[in-house]
Order: sequence, then structure tokens, then C-alpha cells
Amino acid sequence: MLKVRIIPCLTIKDLRLVKSIQFSEHRNIGSYIAAVRVFNMRDVDEMMVLDLDATHTGIKPWLLQEITKECFMPLSLGGGIKTVEDISMLLRLGADKVVINTSAVNDPSFIDNASAQFGSQCIVVSIDAKLVNGEYHVFTNGGRKNTRLRAVVWAQEVTKRGAGEIFLTSIDRDGEMNGYDLSLVKSVSEAVTIPVIAGGGAGNMGDCLKVIQEGGASALSAGSIFQYTEVTPLAIKEHLAKNGIATRI
Amino acid sequence: MIAIVDYGMGNVGSVKNALEFLGATARVSNNQNDLKQASHIILPGVGAFGDGIKNLKKRGLISVLTHEVFERKKPFLGICLGMQLLATVGEEGGTHSGLGWIPGTVRQFEIDKTKFRVPHMGWNDVSPKPEATLFTDISSRIFYFVHSFILVSEEKGSVSATCEYGEVFIASIEKGNIFGVQFHPEKSQKSGLKLLTNFLHLRA
Repeated sequence: MLKVRIIPCLTIKDLRLVKSIQFSEHRNIGSYIAAVRVFNMRDVDEMMVLDLDATHTGIKPWLLQEITKECFMPLSLGGGIKTVEDISMLLRLGADKVVINTSAVNDPSFIDNASAQFGSQCIVVSIDAKLVNGEYHVFTNGGRKNTRLRAVVWAQEVTKRGAGEIFLTSIDRDGEMNGYDLSLVKSVSEAVTIPVIAGGGAGNMGDCLKVIQEGGASALSAGSIFQYTEVTPLAIKEHLAKNGIATRI
Repeated sequence: MIAIVDYGMGNVGSVKNALEFLGATARVSNNQNDLKQASHIILPGVGAFGDGIKNLKKRGLISVLTHEVFERKKPFLGICLGMQLLATVGEEGGTHSGLGWIPGTVRQFEIDKTKFRVPHMGWNDVSPKPEATLFTDISSRIFYFVHSFILVSEEKGSVSATCEYGEVFIASIEKGNIFGVQFHPEKSQKSGLKLLTNFLHLRA
């Protein structure tokens, strides 16, 4: 039986591991390499690493290589990906999937080209959504730019264009640790047939259970809970398993 | 030296990282001489069937691969698309001829997509046959999959493991020195690294 995945998401800024709240107030929480090692040792299901500066500074191959050398779990890399050449380079460096966001909104045909060349399974489209006047709008550029696209409509379009997976983050809940935005997750996961990774808001194991049971997510991503609490990916999986959800333990 | 065939398809970096972690010398290459010198050949790959075959042809690799595997009996491992390309026919993006080493067809999952999201992405249980060479001494048989297409073959004797996702499908094949896995051993943590170790222990 296919297992629900628990995916630690690491964000890097100024070469440090950081954690944000609502996509701002980035707090330096230490060395990314130390975090990568810990998660590899803990045998996590999958990991996601996003270089938040890469949109401005360009992709840093050396940094990504440092990370991939330490990872024997599926690894998605993102930040600053603009061309199919970028994707090709990341796959050579040891990425299994790439995460694209702003470039996909700027030129949706990038998704078609990327999935045609590398296969849908390696193209993760990241959607950052925020509630604006009762509707979920898609934001790009690290949450700074409102595209006015509706999250559900955009999710359906990226699916049609060949995305293999959606990484859906609630900007409102990011770093708040007060639970996932269940209505956002539910609306998107019901609207598409590809896997949806829910992100933003995990504060305890109950939140994780809810986003799977009520939100319908295929996988969940979390950051703060692993940095600021004692909860481990394994503890979450055991909690899910106790509640009848298949996990890899 | 282990040759990882570079034909522009896929996560060659992560296969190389895993082999080097295991202490093997691995070379990502599309050079015929490297394939000739290699002790083992790995055909990795993620991507579309048609492009995969086209790229192998374009780089002139099919005849050297066939020679090294069938005449010199080198252990060969196809991973994901690399296994699917061994089929006779692939139905991804039109109908394409494959290498034909395993009689069979590569087709989409025929499952209810409202219940089973496609791609089949994540960790799933694999059921190997007791005699399956690559699964020796692997206790946790949960491996990482990422695919939308599956290999269907009537040659049951070559099927060494199955998996289930809405339908039962081939998770691995074994035919003499030819091995293939639908999942990604290079990304399946300890179980995957052990499977690769078992492959590295084979001799031509």
C-alpha cells in the first residue's frame, strides 16, 4: 500500500538554514548541512530543500552538491529555476525532482517543456497561496507578488500542463504552527488527480493527521515543528499509523 | 568500474552518489569504451519512453549495450524508465519500439484516478519471489516509486517482484544477467543501498 510521506522542508537564505513566519521574519536556525545529515540519519521519507536567494543570486551548484552528497532519500531541490538547462544541471547534481514556482507562473509553457523533457514525475510545481477577500490567491516571488490567479484554477492548469506533483503552501499559516489551512488543501486536492504535498502550519501531530484525513493531502511538508519542537518525522508517522493511515515505519 | 549510461534522461547524479557511497567506482558516460570496460552497467532514467529510445539511438549506444549484456553477460540493471525501455513496445506519447529484451508493453496505469493519484509517487510495499537475487537479505521491502507507466509482460518467469497500486504490476525483473527495477533503489535508503550492493556483487 502506498504510504503517506512526511517531508521535512529546509529553506536556505544567506547560506544559513532559516525558518520564516508568513514568508517573512526569516530566522537563522543554524547549519543546513547539519540538518540534512540529521534527516538522512533519521531515514526520512523524502526531503525538500529550497534556496530562497537563488531567484536573485542564481543557482549555486556547489551548495546543492554539498546537500545531495548526504542524501539517500528522494530529494527535491528548488529556488531560482528558470530554464530546462537549470533542471538538467540539478538532476546531474543529484536532485530527483525540481520545484518550480515563479517561472511557472511567468511562463506556464515552461511546465509543458520541462515535463516533456524530464517526465512529469520530476516536476513539482510549488503553489504559495494566501487568503485575500475570501479567496485563495497565488503569490510568487517568495510571497511578495499577488498574481491574482486562484489557487484551484492554477492547480488544475499546472496538472494539465504536466506537473507531477503540487507543493501547496499556505502563506498565512507558514511558521505559525497553528495547523494547516484545511480548506485550502481540501479544495486543491479535490480539484486535481496528481499528488498534493501540503505545507505551512504544522504545530503538532494532530495537525498532521487532520491534513491527511480532512484535507486529503498525499504527503505533508513541515519545517518549524522539526526545528522548534521534539516531534520527529517518525513520531508523526507513528501517530498517523495508529490512526489507520499507511506510513513507512 | 560501474558505467551509468548517460543518455540525457534522469537523475544520474543520485545514482552515482549512491554507488560511490557504497565504495564503487562509478562513471556517468555515453562513451562506448566506458561501457566496454565496465564490469556492470546501469541504465537509469526518468522521463518519457520515446525520448529515451531516441536518445539511446542518437548516441549509438544500443548495439554496444546489447553486445556487453548478451555476449559478455555483464550484470545489467535498468532503473525505472531504464527497466521499461527493455520492453518490446512503449505506449507513452505514441507507440515506440523498445529494446525488446523483455517481451512486453509499457502502458499507463489502468486504475480509477479519482481513487489513485497518478504519478504513483512514494514508498510502497514490494513482494519479491523467494529466489529473487537482488532482494537477498533485505528485510524491509518498502521502496520509493515515481512513475505513471508500468511494464506488462507475459513472460512470468522474468518477473522477480510485484507491487500493488490499484492493480498489481511488475516491480522488478530478472532474466539471467538482466535486472530491472521500477522503483528507485538509489533513493530507497538502506533497503535500496542493500539492493544495489547485491547487484554490485554479481559477476559476469
